[in-house]
This record gives sequence, structure tokens and C-alpha cells, in this order.
Amino acid sequence: MFSKIKILNTIASLLIGEIGYVSEESLESIPLKLLEMGCLPGAEVELVQIAPLKDPLYICVNGSHLAIRKETAAMIQILKS
Amino acid sequence: MAKNDIKVALIGNPNTGKTSLFNQLTGLNQKVGNYPGVTVDKKEGVSKLSSTQNAIITDLPGTYSINPTSLDESIVLKTLLKKDIKESPDVILVVADVENLKRNLLLFSQIKDLEVPTVLAINMVDQMNRKGITIDLSLLKKELNTEVVLISARKNEGINEVKSAIIRCHVAAKASPLCGINHQIDPDYFDKLKEISPNYSLYELWLMVTQNNYPDTITKSEKEKLLAFKKDVSKLKKYQHKETIYRYQEINKILKKTYIVDKTKATDLRGKLDKIFTHKIFGYFFFVLLLFLIFQSVFDWATLPMDLIDNTFASLSNFARSNLDPGVLTDLLAEGIIPGIGGVIIFIPQIAILFLFIAILEETGYMSRVVFLMDKIMRRFGMNGKSVIPLISGTACAIPAIMATRTISSWKERLITILVTPFTTCSARLPVYAILISLIIPDTKILGFINLQGLVLLSLYALGFITAIIAAYILHKTLDIKTRSFFVVEMPNYKLPSFKNVFFEVVEKTKSFVLEAGKIILALSVVLWFLASNGPSAFDNVAQNIEKDPININLSSKELQQKIASVKLEKSYIGILGKTVEPVIKPLGYDWKIGIALITSLAAREVFVGTLATIYSVASDDENTATIKEKMQSEVNAVTGEKRFNFPVGMSLMIFYAFAMQCMATLAIVKRETKTWKWPLIQLFGMGLLAYVASFITYQILS
Repeated sequence: MFSKIKILNTIASLLIGEIGYVSEESLESIPLKLLEMGCLPGAEVELVQIAPLKDPLYICVNGSHLAIRKETAAMIQILKS
Repeated sequence: MAKNDIKVALIGNPNTGKTSLFNQLTGLNQKVGNYPGVTVDKKEGVSKLSSTQNAIITDLPGTYSINPTSLDESIVLKTLLKKDIKESPDVILVVADVENLKRNLLLFSQIKDLEVPTVLAINMVDQMNRKGITIDLSLLKKELNTEVVLISARKNEGINEVKSAIIRCHVAAKASPLCGINHQIDPDYFDKLKEISPNYSLYELWLMVTQNNYPDTITKSEKEKLLAFKKDVSKLKKYQHKETIYRYQEINKILKKTYIVDKTKATDLRGKLDKIFTHKIFGYFFFVLLLFLIFQSVFDWATLPMDLIDNTFASLSNFARSNLDPGVLTDLLAEGIIPGIGGVIIFIPQIAILFLFIAILEETGYMSRVVFLMDKIMRRFGMNGKSVIPLISGTACAIPAIMATRTISSWKERLITILVTPFTTCSARLPVYAILISLIIPDTKILGFINLQGLVLLSLYALGFITAIIAAYILHKTLDIKTRSFFVVEMPNYKLPSFKNVFFEVVEKTKSFVLEAGKIILALSVVLWFLASNGPSAFDNVAQNIEKDPININLSSKELQQKIASVKLEKSYIGILGKTVEPVIKPLGYDWKIGIALITSLAAREVFVGTLATIYSVASDDENTATIKEKMQSEVNAVTGEKRFNFPVGMSLMIFYAFAMQCMATLAIVKRETKTWKWPLIQLFGMGLLAYVASFITYQILS
């Protein structure tokens, strides 16, 4: 009954190995560069690894393996199913 | 360059094997020049497309999009927007990686919209089976409306097809946009933009507005109209986002029909290696171990060729002296030019070996993991994960290291990296440290196995790194530069390094050292030689006076010559300079002779040893360190009667060389990279002051 409820989150709040989907609302807050590298609304994003000092984050989005800083990751809203 | 040569611009994402393709197409016919007006190196090569047709291929820096975020990337935009017939490319060759085709096609779609004939080379197709990828090539050609070639640059497969595609594309000379800018975003807005000029495609006009970059050919009234579009910044930003999403939608449509991935076939080597290399303990451990091994090898492997070079130039010098007619020109050649060139060449082994390792680390994809591991730490000091590469390269030579900062997109982080890199212990400091350590540190082992001399050398390396970090922190806190620090690093797949790429990279980096540092070191060597072999009136009579002096009657002719050389130096212009600075450097424990060595070190630090050798009248035909060392050891401080190079003076000197900015070539590069004399002057005086104060304290405490 509650299976369709989605929790609003950012990439920074993912756990290692967890998958989310970039939300449509965050389009404006995604830096253009990241958008160009495939981080598009609706894209699947997986947190692959967190650097030893908790920052940066190593993500795989839309087939691109990228390292981004936590502050950037925290700007990108995602949906977890 | 012949008139009918095709001008090809090679462009692609980083890590797509663009360099491999460039090397395959051009082989050894490469040269590095400069882009007019900017400092970034321009790599060009000639490729024989057919028996009658050549192409001039320009290798543009790797980029993910035409919209630049770093100095390297802005070159791509500037080159492509140019409407100059002489310089704008006839054909653009886009390289894409088969595994990341979707993302690579974004750049392709932007290029295609410039309406220049375009060839798409999809690289690494030998990996397709392993990754479970299938491509419908003929349909893809049709959908992209362009020449598409499947290649494997490393295996030299498909290169001839690329060549013939370039010719076909050039002959056809027709180009149409791929998706253009979607008018649906805002029809009115883009119609108005299009009306400004019929000479440019809509996308080109759009790029001029968004990137604030106008070709020289644009008229004044056109530019004014374009500037009007810049007023609404948030709208621009919004439309850029929409444009990118639209492009991806179009690309997805095309790939759905032509590109299939069977994910079950993919192997997960990347995941396994990443678990090790980015592990929170083992990752750092591995990195430190790797650095240690690299430095160990650099020293081990470089010793032999360096000795060889040293001896060769010494004999060359002798050969010139004994076989040419004596005179000013022979002296200039034997004492100025030949040792000057030798002073540059001798560093090549160390620099080449270090860059060999760095090139391998970059080729394998490991360097990106280091950037990932180090970013947080470096950021605390106002730098960037990417700053690690210049700081490591700096242990070879600061010049290529400073050029390697261009990939850092934040100006403040890049500037700080440039400013602190000269603190790392470069190869030119080594000969100075080596001789001073051998003079003042006993050759003993502590705890039975740690070599004390080696430990001191290691500490000097550590001192360099730590000072660099502290200086960075101070700059980070004091520099008031507001730049958006933005950081995205692709973590490429691991792969075996290609011999050809590594080889070309090492050659290029070494060449930049030889050319940049070489000309300055050579020029200064000649100037210093002049100052040392000429002087005011008293200078000319030195030989006569000494020969006549009864004290010298018992000297052998060799000893007599040495004495004359030594006194001549004292009376020369440079000797006078040394005496002038003596009061200033006395508190550091130095006399005028060391003062001369400090001045000549401005050319390059290692000149210190050679200068002292001359001053202490070591016969110049016997370039043996042991002899120089013995002479330095027996040098006595006239005031105290003690040894001149005692422990406090030696330490004070090493500290001075660790901190002082004694390298004209580096200053010139910093000027070139920062486009102002402000920063190199700050380096010169800031580091000089630090060196002076630190040496002063060292000497005063120890003596």
C-alpha cells in the first residue's frame, strides 16, 4: 500500500552501493558540466565509493564514472524507490 | 604546409584514446607550438592520407563539451569558433569511446551543429565483445548523417579507414547540423538570435552569447546585438540546461536503434581494483609505497647516464680548449657554452624517468584515483586533488609541473598550486644537497641500518613538501580571490599503458624542460662566464703579478695556473659582486666566495657546485667531486680559523637552497602562465625572504 511512496534525498545521502534517480526538480541546480557528463534528470545514479575522508564521492551516473565533491552532490536531489 | 593540405582538428573526451589516434595518424611528424595569444601548447602533426593528399592534424585538449571550464578546454572553443580561413579546420575528427558512446555523442552533437564537415571515429572497438556491445554501423551513419569509422587506435586498426573518411568528408564538404538547438525551447528568442547574422550557424551565435567569445570576423553591430542577449543571465543558464537535455534526448533516440549493450557480459575488473586503490587505509598505503618505489628507481636509474653526460661534456670542453686556437671565442665555447649545455642535458635522465612513471600512472587510470583520494586533504590547503600531479612532477622540474596545473579549473586553486610547486625538491637542488651532506654529515648508520646521510636527504625532501603545504595554507587564507571551485573528475577504466603514448608523453615533457629551462640556463651561463672572466683594470694584471711574486716561486706550473684562476675570479666583475653582497650574507655564515655561488645559482641551482669548484681553484680539467669536496673541506674561515664548511654553515646553506627561488626559468614560466609579473615577483621575494630568515635562524642557533 505504501510501496509507491518515494523519499526525497540528495546524492550525498546515498549509501555505498545504493541507487537513486536524479529528480526532475533539481534540473536548475545541477551544474551544466555535470549535466553534460550525463547527470540528467531521470538518470540512474549509484554511489560507488566514498573517499576515506568522507569526500569526494565516486558515483556512476548514466554510465559515467565520476568523482564529485560532497557539496555538489548535496545540490542534486534524487528519488529512492 | 602545402596549400591543398586538409586541416583536421582532432577532438574528443578525455580518456577516449585521442592521443593514441593522434600518434597513429602522425607518427613522429609531430611538433608542439603555441596557440596565438594563449599559452597552451598546440600539438600538430602531418598525416599522409593518400599518395597525393596530406593532412595537418591539430590535437586539441580533451574536453567533455564545447562549453569550457578550464584553460585547456577554452582552446577548443576558440579554435572552433574561428572563421579565419587560414586557421579554421576543414574537417573535424571526433574520437569517441565505444563504452561511453552516449556521453561522447554529446560533444559530437555540439560539433556537428557548427556545420563543419565531421568524421566520427568510435575507438576501442576491440573491447566490444568483452563488454557485450553491438553497433548497427550503417544505420548509425545514416542517423548521425556523417562518416562513422570503427577503430582500435592502440591496435592500429581502422586508421586507414579514418584517413579515407577524412578525404571523402572533405570532398563532399557539406555539413548539416545534427539536432541544432530546439526551437521549441523558446521560438521567439532563437529566431531573433538567428536574425543577427547570416554568416554563422544558430549554434555558433548561441555559443558566442553563452561563452562570451567572439571571432575576429564579427562586425561591431552584430556584436552589440549579441551582447543584448547576455543581459538575462538566468535565462541563458536555463536554456543551456534545456539544450543539453534536448541533445541527450536526441542521442538516446538514435542509440536506441543502433547500439545494444548486453550487461550480463560485462566484467567487473574496475570494481575490484577500485576496492583496493581507493580503500581508506590500503589506498593511501599503496600510494605512498608507489611514490617511494618511484623515487628509488629515479635515483638508481639516473646515476649512470648522469655520470656519463657529466664526463662527456667535461671531455668536450677539454677537447675544445686543446684543439682550437686560444682566444676569447674558445674560452666562451669551452667555459661558457659547453658547460652551459651540459648543465641542462645532465637533468634529462632524472626528469625523463620521473615523467615515464607519471605517464604510466596517468595511462593506466590510476592517477584519477589518487586525485579522488587526495582532494579533501588538498582542499584544506586551498588546492585541489589535481594539484597532486604538479607537486609530484615538481620533484623532477618545476617547469613541466607548472604547466600541468592547466587542468585545474578553479583559478585560485591553480594559482596556489603554481606558487607553491617550486618548494618541492627539484633535481637541480640534488647536487647541492649531495655535496653539502657529504661534507657535514658523517657517513654513519643509526640503529645499525639507517644511513644518516640518506636520512638527511629524505628530510630535505620532506621539508620541501611540508613548506609547500604550509605556504599553500597561508595563501589560501590570505588570497582574496573569489572563484567558484568546481570539481568533477572522470574515473576512467583501468587499462594497460600503451608504449607509444608513454614514449611520446615523456619526450614532450622532457622537451619542454630542455627548451624552456635550456635557453635561460644557457644564456645566463654565458653572461656569468663573461662576468667571471672580465673585470676592471686590476683584473688584467693578475697573471703577471702572481708570476712575478717571489712567494709563488716554488709552485708547480699547474698550481700556479690554479692560483691565477682563483685570484682572477676574485678580481673579476662577479668577484666584486660577491664582495658587495658579503655584508648581507655574513649573518648566514657565508663569505664572498659563497656569495658568488649564490649569484650564479640564479641561472640554475646546480651551478653552485661548479662555481665553488672554480673559486676554490679546482683544476677545471678534473671535474671530480672528490676533488671539489676535498678543496671545500680544507677551506678555512679566515676569521675563526675553523673550517669554512662546518656544520652550521652547511645546514644554513641547505636551508637556503631548499627555500629560495633560484631559478629564472621557473620565474619565466610562472609569468607566462599567470600573464603578469606580479606572481613571479612575489615568489622571488617571498621565497627569498623566507630563505634568508630561515638560514639566519639556522646558522645563529647552530653556531
